[in-house]
Amino acid sequence: MSTEDTNATETEPVDAVDGDTDDADEAVEAEPEPEPDPNIVPVTLNGREIEARKGELVIAAAERHDTYIPHFCYHPRMKSVGMCRQCLVEVDTGRGMQLQPSCMITVSPEMKIDTESETAKRAQEGMIELLLANHPLDCPVCDKGGECPLQDQAFSHGPGESRYIEEKRHYEKPIPISDLVLLDRERCILCDRCTRFADEVAGDKLIHFTQRGNETQVMTFPDEPFASYFSGNTVQICPVGALTAEPYRFKARPWDLAQEESTCTSCSVGCRVVVQSSRDEILRYQGVDSDPVNHGWMCDKGRFDFEAVNSQQRIADPMVRTEQGLTDTTWSAALGAAAGVIRESLAAGGPDAIGVLGGARGTNEDAFAWAQLADALGITYRDAQFGDGLPASVLGLDRATIDEAASASTIVMLGADIKEELPVLYLRLRDAAVEKRSKLVEFSSVETGLSRYATQSIRHQPGLQSEAVNEASDLLAGDDVVVVVGRGNLAESADETMAALAAVLAANPSAKVLPALRRGNVVGALSVGMAPADDEHDGLATLRAAADGKLDVLILLGADPINDCPDTDLARRAMAGARRVISIDTHPSESTKLADIVLAAAAYGEKAGTTTNLEGRVSTVSDKVTTTGTARPDWMIAAELAIMLDIDGDIADVASVDDVTAAIAAEVPGFDGVTLDALAGERNGVLTSANPKPLPPVVGGAPQRNTYDHRLVVGRKLYDRAIGTAMSHSIAKLAPGAGAHLHPLDVDALGVADGADVRLIGQKATAILPVVSNPSIARGVVWAPFNQAGGTVEDLIDAAASVTDVKIEVV
Amino acid sequence: MSRLTDANLAIARDIIARYPRKKSALIPLLHLTQEQNGYVTDDAMRHLAELLDITPAEVIGTATFYEMFKFEEVGTYVINICQTMSCALLGAGALMHHAEEKLGIKAGSTTADGMFTIEAAECQAACTEAPTMQVNYRHQYRVTTEDFDQMIDDLRSGALSGDIPPHGTLGRNRQNIPADKFVGAPDPDDVTEGPAWIPVKVDNS
Repeated sequence: MSTEDTNATETEPVDAVDGDTDDADEAVEAEPEPEPDPNIVPVTLNGREIEARKGELVIAAAERHDTYIPHFCYHPRMKSVGMCRQCLVEVDTGRGMQLQPSCMITVSPEMKIDTESETAKRAQEGMIELLLANHPLDCPVCDKGGECPLQDQAFSHGPGESRYIEEKRHYEKPIPISDLVLLDRERCILCDRCTRFADEVAGDKLIHFTQRGNETQVMTFPDEPFASYFSGNTVQICPVGALTAEPYRFKARPWDLAQEESTCTSCSVGCRVVVQSSRDEILRYQGVDSDPVNHGWMCDKGRFDFEAVNSQQRIADPMVRTEQGLTDTTWSAALGAAAGVIRESLAAGGPDAIGVLGGARGTNEDAFAWAQLADALGITYRDAQFGDGLPASVLGLDRATIDEAASASTIVMLGADIKEELPVLYLRLRDAAVEKRSKLVEFSSVETGLSRYATQSIRHQPGLQSEAVNEASDLLAGDDVVVVVGRGNLAESADETMAALAAVLAANPSAKVLPALRRGNVVGALSVGMAPADDEHDGLATLRAAADGKLDVLILLGADPINDCPDTDLARRAMAGARRVISIDTHPSESTKLADIVLAAAAYGEKAGTTTNLEGRVSTVSDKVTTTGTARPDWMIAAELAIMLDIDGDIADVASVDDVTAAIAAEVPGFDGVTLDALAGERNGVLTSANPKPLPPVVGGAPQRNTYDHRLVVGRKLYDRAIGTAMSHSIAKLAPGAGAHLHPLDVDALGVADGADVRLIGQKATAILPVVSNPSIARGVVWAPFNQAGGTVEDLIDAAASVTDVKIEVV
Repeated sequence: MSRLTDANLAIARDIIARYPRKKSALIPLLHLTQEQNGYVTDDAMRHLAELLDITPAEVIGTATFYEMFKFEEVGTYVINICQTMSCALLGAGALMHHAEEKLGIKAGSTTADGMFTIEAAECQAACTEAPTMQVNYRHQYRVTTEDFDQMIDDLRSGALSGDIPPHGTLGRNRQNIPADKFVGAPDPDDVTEGPAWIPVKVDNS
């Protein structure tokens, strides 16, 4: 979209100059002829003059000028291969008209293109006839029927009938090529889109053409499924029904689906999507091409975790704890109880006895409404994170956009494995590295998804990244450097990462920062008021205060500290120590089970509003389906509580979500451009700005590891026990499970077999995990995935410690 | 068993070192593994993928493109009988029928003793000599049914073992270049112009 817009503005001046010269007099004639724009190539398309761009493919130039050329293999976000031959048109480059595949030929000056000549038509009809020689006409039972490029183009550009009377080819009906994707080889037309995607875009070359000639088929290696985090995209780009996604198969026909554009909130990349539903149930997400963000791609977690919204487990009604445990009640009773609890606590302990945690699961409006309520009540214990991210000061730096990161001269990766945490950002940065636009310098204590594409991948001891940065400071020089900073190791203090960031910025003060905080709307929540005022009142401090019995009320906005706070022991003590817990959530989690009042919240797809991605881009989310049960959006709950608590102010005075959006634009610094008008129909969202503030001084510096211990790295995998994944049955089963990954030589030194249980002994707890021999782990380091079934590595983490060292014993 | 043996692994590393990109060594390595095991096994393909830093899917994608790589056990002698036009006109159908009768198997399968596999083949580029066939890729021209029977008997008795090596040794024969014929890669200093494979005598005066 935006590239077209850019072009429109580029071409305007040329038109204007032409117009000027027409009614000009002598004075103007004396001026030299305007230089022709070297980036514009004049060509003739079906008899009319058009201005193509230099280097543009004929098929793209034609499409941009409203002439559709049929095609299957061509995809604007991938390299052309000319596999399907459907886009044959007649092209004259000075040697007479010749049939050429328009996806393989770039425009040249004076080129004549005819897409509608008799010859071109006959070629296109012939191609359709050939493709249909073997493609089954099972459209009535095919998921793609109704939105199928082959079906559509057989109607628009096909001969209407076939000369082939022979029996079609038969293969075993769909075979699973992964847990999520099924392949129906009869339907495949060998366009190379899925295999190109796997190779070029995802970098997971797990599917390939095998055999040859008439036998050619897309296949995985035996027993090596197409286990890519991006496999769902192949289903979306398949131009026939050969690839189908297990969660959507036979659920709906395309003409039964109603759709609305929205933004995915599974992580903070904010991929643009359409939400499609039928009979008030979300059935599918499809990626939408947003040029600055996702290029049309999605990760499988984002694509399939709508199953959690439809889950039978959803909290449908508010609940209050009685002698019988949590019992369903009415909203007025539940809100009355919540208001009573808050009022009592204000009377007894003042606003410092209340803590509010969360907001990253909701919209900007949700977080803003709660921040307003907290402001009105004077609550200072608040945070959208709880020791699982980075201090909010990381958002106040000179912030880079995803585009700036993907075109930087050097990308510095600090911390997070973005393939696991922010998959589509991984695609964008991987592309920058593979296409050699950017040098990639990575600091990490374990191998990450990007390591193999990095120019330099520097391994450091966990906790000692500042040292590694200082030693490699010559790699950080340059004008156009972007630091992508996230939390790679939950078993070390965030201060270590912040100290390393400070070291990078000291080495190159002009470097921009892209904060790789992963929770859906964490940047939005922190920006609109859920950021803590200081370190004494942040998420961990709130949990500590609760654990010490200083909090009367702990309010959880879609937060599940027991699962999401790295220090689970602290989270458990906090839940036990807070006198009352009010949880506003969509699904029953370990934390809601311990709450005294549970208010049913609307989930994504059920509520409208806006969300902010990691670069500060605000885009809309839409309410495609009605809420489950009587669930309500968080902002509405905040507004109702404000009224019940007799608070005067904007928050008690909102009638619709649009009022809240307008209030954000009016009140939040940097959000003044985020008006309803600006957001309406803007696929790419609106970029907010932040006033750059220098990083507050931070003291890092973990001790060196002693040689008896292993240093623990706890990192995230894409699929874990987080509620959105756990409640989506298709992807829940993909979680890898707990394990202690060690270098093979360290495994040998322990004298255990791969898969045997070992005991990790930390300062405050022990955990038993199966050992996994993994050559990508450095010696002396033990890596364990966070929040996985079958292990309790989180018990070892102490939020107050700079690093976590463990002894390993054979069980 | 079906991964490369240590001896063959050494050869494999040698082969990989010849190419600027590791991946380019895939075809020679497939020959090597076929030579070792008689056919290309799944484990061998996994091993090659590890060695070449590519995915097993890329290995199988490339390997299955080529008819000469076998994915299940074949006989010591693989007999390809041409079925294309010239040969068909000159009795290839009858020859195939005879071969099937003689060996008691259908085209595409292997005799129980593991000696012979017969396959229907496409044109072998010797149409003037039709009907043709290949035994372990050694051409046989103007083959009559009597010639066929004679050849089977000779192969069984070992009379032809000097002429026709057992299946799967192509890689080894290819690489066994006599020392006096071996050119090798030219010393880069010797090359100033012209294609790299032609040693150029340069007058530096």
